[in-house]
Amino acid sequence: MIADRVKHIPPSGIRKYFEMVIGMDDVISLGVGEPDFVTPWPIREACIYALEKGYTSYTSNWGLLELRNEISRCIASDYAIQYSPEDQILVTTGVSEALDLAIRATINPGDEVIIVEPCYVSYKPCVIFAGGKPIVVATNMSNDFKVTPEQIEEKITKKTKAVMLSYPNNPTGAIMGKKDLEGIADVVVERDLLVISDEVYDKLTYDGTHTCFSSLNGMYDKTILLNGFSKAYAMTGWRLGYAASTPEIIAAMLKVHQYTMLCAPITAQTAAIEALRNGRDEMLAMVREYDRRRRLIVKGLNELGLDCFEPKGAFYAFPCIKGTGMSSEAFAETLLKEQKVAVVPGDVFGASGEGFVRCSYAVSRREIKEALDRIRAFLK
Amino acid sequence: MKEILEILENDARISTSEIATLTKIPEPQVRKMIKEAEKKGIIRKYKTVIDWDKAGEECVYAIIEVKVTPEREVGYDAIAERVARFPEVVSVRLVSGDHDLSLLVKGKTMKEVAFFIAEKVAPLEQVQSTVTHFILKTYKQDGDILLEKEESKRLAITP
Repeated sequence: MIADRVKHIPPSGIRKYFEMVIGMDDVISLGVGEPDFVTPWPIREACIYALEKGYTSYTSNWGLLELRNEISRCIASDYAIQYSPEDQILVTTGVSEALDLAIRATINPGDEVIIVEPCYVSYKPCVIFAGGKPIVVATNMSNDFKVTPEQIEEKITKKTKAVMLSYPNNPTGAIMGKKDLEGIADVVVERDLLVISDEVYDKLTYDGTHTCFSSLNGMYDKTILLNGFSKAYAMTGWRLGYAASTPEIIAAMLKVHQYTMLCAPITAQTAAIEALRNGRDEMLAMVREYDRRRRLIVKGLNELGLDCFEPKGAFYAFPCIKGTGMSSEAFAETLLKEQKVAVVPGDVFGASGEGFVRCSYAVSRREIKEALDRIRAFLK
Repeated sequence: MKEILEILENDARISTSEIATLTKIPEPQVRKMIKEAEKKGIIRKYKTVIDWDKAGEECVYAIIEVKVTPEREVGYDAIAERVARFPEVVSVRLVSGDHDLSLLVKGKTMKEVAFFIAEKVAPLEQVQSTVTHFILKTYKQDGDILLEKEESKRLAITP
């Protein structure tokens, strides 16, 4: 009864750990891919006010113009790139939807999409759902989990249509600087590719500054920029993101969006307007706190002998556990059973994540210290 | 420096070695910076925020609005300083609006606070009038909300 392209995709590897953790008491979870902060109160309050005023209807398919204006203003002030709120920004239910739309709007059956692993778990399945073919490029710790132009070039065939980029990266915490990205841009121009750039962690960049891919020379017309509110403003459950690109691409994405999602929830949109207008200080305070936790966990993991690459963005540490002789999966499973610390095995994010585990530091410092103590006991 | 102050403002008991880890500033340097801030009076003191109601210790706070006559040359400072010296007075502020000084006064009972104002503050020559507002419940203090913490409702594992 089930369609082949769905049947053949394995269920998410994360599911299994989720089931194991349920019903266990006293677990410290470093397995969480979302902030531990609740959404700042002024943002929640703006939504409550909007509800009281009766904002409960559909919005335009594009999203509220007021919100698109704010998004346009913020991208311009952060990265000096101009996207017209009229026809270059589409508000979506989370970056997840924006990602799906970007792929469905641009990928023909048989088209190849280069995916840089380890990466977020949705990229590959979304390409397959759209009839495309994911082609994996593996990054590694010795190169700071950055992808090189040569690696991409190697995988390009006549059928290559797009490259998925996601920096700062989930799960590695790697970032790519302007110079690194310019190398990729050269290949993109030369081989006439499209770049789908998921920059949802852009605000969570600790060392150096984030470079928006579409701000690079010649990349404006070749990039679909995806971003959202979940990570920076602690708004995961609101499900709100956006895509910005050329009018042509956004119009195509809008077509899919209007027949499937219709519009993003108005409640989340009203809250997001407040986030962009007045939420910056609180957002920056959260970022500063993540940075402290990052230093705490990276130092702690390295002291335990788990070789930990210094993550420069997002909120994940990605220590190498090869020295223990265990596979990622065995490590995560035994650690959970013996010491009740939940981490996510790296291979969930692609084969090249084997030998690593993802530890989220979007948990309190007290919990990070306790988790480190437990991991120390586990390694003995 | 601001970074260290921000960390200390939230947790006065944090060790210098942990501050060093969190900021990547070497520990001796951290110690030096804190000492300096203490010396300069940037760090006034290290305090604990206590919910006295929860501790079962009855005490009473009142906000007192005080109208005063400013004096030549010293303005409000002399009377403000004089009032500030009483141990019952927790804070003294000069404010805009229909009164001049705003005091926070602490006592064991309402009677004690009322008599303190009647006997020590109201009779002062520069004081024209006082209005006493007893505090019935504190919801937020020094940036901390004194209600039960919002618990995390996150799932344990998410991508």
